[in-house]
Amino acid sequence: MATMNMVRAINSALDVMLARDPDVLIFGEDVGYFGGVFRATDGLAEKHGLTRCFDAPISEGGIVATAIGMGAYGLRPVVEIQFADYILPAYDQLVSEAARLRYRSGGEFWSPITVRSPYGGGIFGGQTHSSSPEAIFAHVSGLKTVIPSNPFDAKGLLIAAIEDDDPVIFLEPKRIYNGPFDGRFDRPVGTWAQHPASEVPDGHYTVPLGKAATVRAGAAVTVLAYGTMVHVALSAVEESGIDAEVIDLRSIVPLDLDAILHSVRRTRRCVVVHEASRFAGFGGELSSLVQERCFYHLEAPIERVAGWDTPYPHAFERDYFVGPARIIAAMQRTLKG
Amino acid sequence: MSNRPRLTLHVPVPKVRPGDRPDFSHVAVPAADAMRRPDVLDAEPGLRDMPYGLIRVLDEGGRAVGAWNPRLDPALLRRGLRAMVLTRAFDTRMFQAHRQGKTSFFMTSTGEEALGAATSMVLGREDMCFPTYRIVSYLMARDYPLLDMVNQIYSNAADPLKGRQLPILYSAREYGFYSLSGNVGSRFGHAVGWAMASAYKGDDRIAISFIGEGTTAEGDFHEALTFASVYRAPVILCITNNQWAISSFQGIAGGEETTFAARAIGYGLPGLRVDGNDFLAVHAATQWAAERARSNGGATLIEFVTYRAAGHSTSDDPGRYRPADEAAHWPLGDPVLRLKAHLVACGEWSEQQHEALESECREAVRAAAKQGEAVGTLGQSKPDTREMFEDVYKQPDWRIVEQRRELGC
Repeated sequence: MATMNMVRAINSALDVMLARDPDVLIFGEDVGYFGGVFRATDGLAEKHGLTRCFDAPISEGGIVATAIGMGAYGLRPVVEIQFADYILPAYDQLVSEAARLRYRSGGEFWSPITVRSPYGGGIFGGQTHSSSPEAIFAHVSGLKTVIPSNPFDAKGLLIAAIEDDDPVIFLEPKRIYNGPFDGRFDRPVGTWAQHPASEVPDGHYTVPLGKAATVRAGAAVTVLAYGTMVHVALSAVEESGIDAEVIDLRSIVPLDLDAILHSVRRTRRCVVVHEASRFAGFGGELSSLVQERCFYHLEAPIERVAGWDTPYPHAFERDYFVGPARIIAAMQRTLKG
Repeated sequence: MSNRPRLTLHVPVPKVRPGDRPDFSHVAVPAADAMRRPDVLDAEPGLRDMPYGLIRVLDEGGRAVGAWNPRLDPALLRRGLRAMVLTRAFDTRMFQAHRQGKTSFFMTSTGEEALGAATSMVLGREDMCFPTYRIVSYLMARDYPLLDMVNQIYSNAADPLKGRQLPILYSAREYGFYSLSGNVGSRFGHAVGWAMASAYKGDDRIAISFIGEGTTAEGDFHEALTFASVYRAPVILCITNNQWAISSFQGIAGGEETTFAARAIGYGLPGLRVDGNDFLAVHAATQWAAERARSNGGATLIEFVTYRAAGHSTSDDPGRYRPADEAAHWPLGDPVLRLKAHLVACGEWSEQQHEALESECREAVRAAAKQGEAVGTLGQSKPDTREMFEDVYKQPDWRIVEQRRELGC
């Protein structure tokens, strides 16, 4: 057991899997000698060897295509796309190939690849280093999409993703790599050391894909969140004094529907939160599922709190990024309903 | 304004269109023994003349000549001929089946049969082919069951791909034949990754992949070449330049000013340009590249110059965009007739034997088609509807389970 921030926890997951399974290998832009722009692969090439963790050309489509070929051979490649904003050149490979290979080949070939990518805002990264593209992966049958919110989950989910025989998009909320962020840009940033989820076992363990975590139990309203927004939601609950239940979805595909329904049927109110822009975002799916299955339990309309429907802005980041105030307002609206 | 003439936009157009006389004067056909055969481990800088020549073995008299003559056993040549004749018989029958409403779609390999047949005989079962939809002769050369193909084309209850794929987009892992897709080009990089995996594991398996000349314009092609070059992947990357991408002539893909094989030079890869209708040349060039790959010499790009003698698919009429009799004027001839002529010239084949072979292949195809039709043609028979919901994931999640239940299967 050690105290780890999220980058260390991810590094530890990769380290454990490289040591454990000779068929695991890592490649991506700058991930080799340098250890990745966020240091997630720091030291792995040196420790495990050049062919286990190496640099790739700046070619996201090529990275994912070769990973799929390796997966078909029997390896378990873990590739890094340096920023989720740059994953789009690989989208065809993910949608047309990785997601469908098992299906279209009648189960002859499959794609046990993991695509890691730092995503989300809050770092003043502008349009090209801040976006949250999870909905475009959730929409694709055959892909799994995982988003951890803390070091313990990050390691356990990443190991589960690598061991999974289906393609997994593993989106890492980079704003909370080094410490939880509650959406308050005006306050000093905390570190993971003060957070219980920074206690991370050194060895192998998994957090199963498709199991949500109730990070705060409550009775007044259910808040559904993932990634950085889990911490923003907890902060909103603390500040407002509302007895909300906060559920960290951890993976959006597979989705832990039972956990959602169980909570909303009890609280009778629901707020859905994500960083990504609102229209046709994953919150729309969550909202529909809750409406379809909890309608007669609901006391108020479901609220969605999300990024505005603009490209991710630079100077206006604090106006764009979902903070506690908007979540508090949404919870209060459901309580009046 | 300067005195220079105004800028003009160049849009390539083929020399001839429907109603014109076919004109292949731009296709230079050097003598069969014109090309040198470098050592398989020669460094790339010494190979830069190769992409601009044309490797040929069969001369006008059907004799095998020159440095590239692979000196193959006649029995092997007869097997190659059978794979090609079988492919043509299959294509003829199944094209008809489409016209009779027995399936939704079909594509033939007419004129390109040497490519799959010869490469298939160079690579082993442990190797992997990442095909295009016109490389079906690769499977024919490996005695893949015709009935499985027919059932796949009819998407019937015995379809090995369980009704999920468009006709002819086969997958045959046991035969070293990777899952096809209608997205042209998107498996080219898979071949490189697969080959990298073999090298990573220290195995001796190699990959071969095909892409049309039209699809070389996709990023997939250039990404694959980059990775193949950077990591010296043991892979043979093949361009089938059949002159036509549906209705677009090869100039639209960038073939007007240079050859497709010459794309290799910018990547530091050997580029071979090969008469794709010459079974012996295809075999010899593939053998060269395979030997180089297995010897840790890395990837080779091969352009097979051929001609798509039929339409793109059952959905287009080539008479709308090229002269109807163009195929008959193709200067590299017909791959089946050329191999046949060679075997006859060697005293290893006769007209009677050829007729018997054609008849035997027609009969084999007829029998398989009948058997497949007994199971059912498209719409008459289909796999269990449950199969629609299988293999989306290794284990279905609640959505799949609920939706399967909703449909009542």
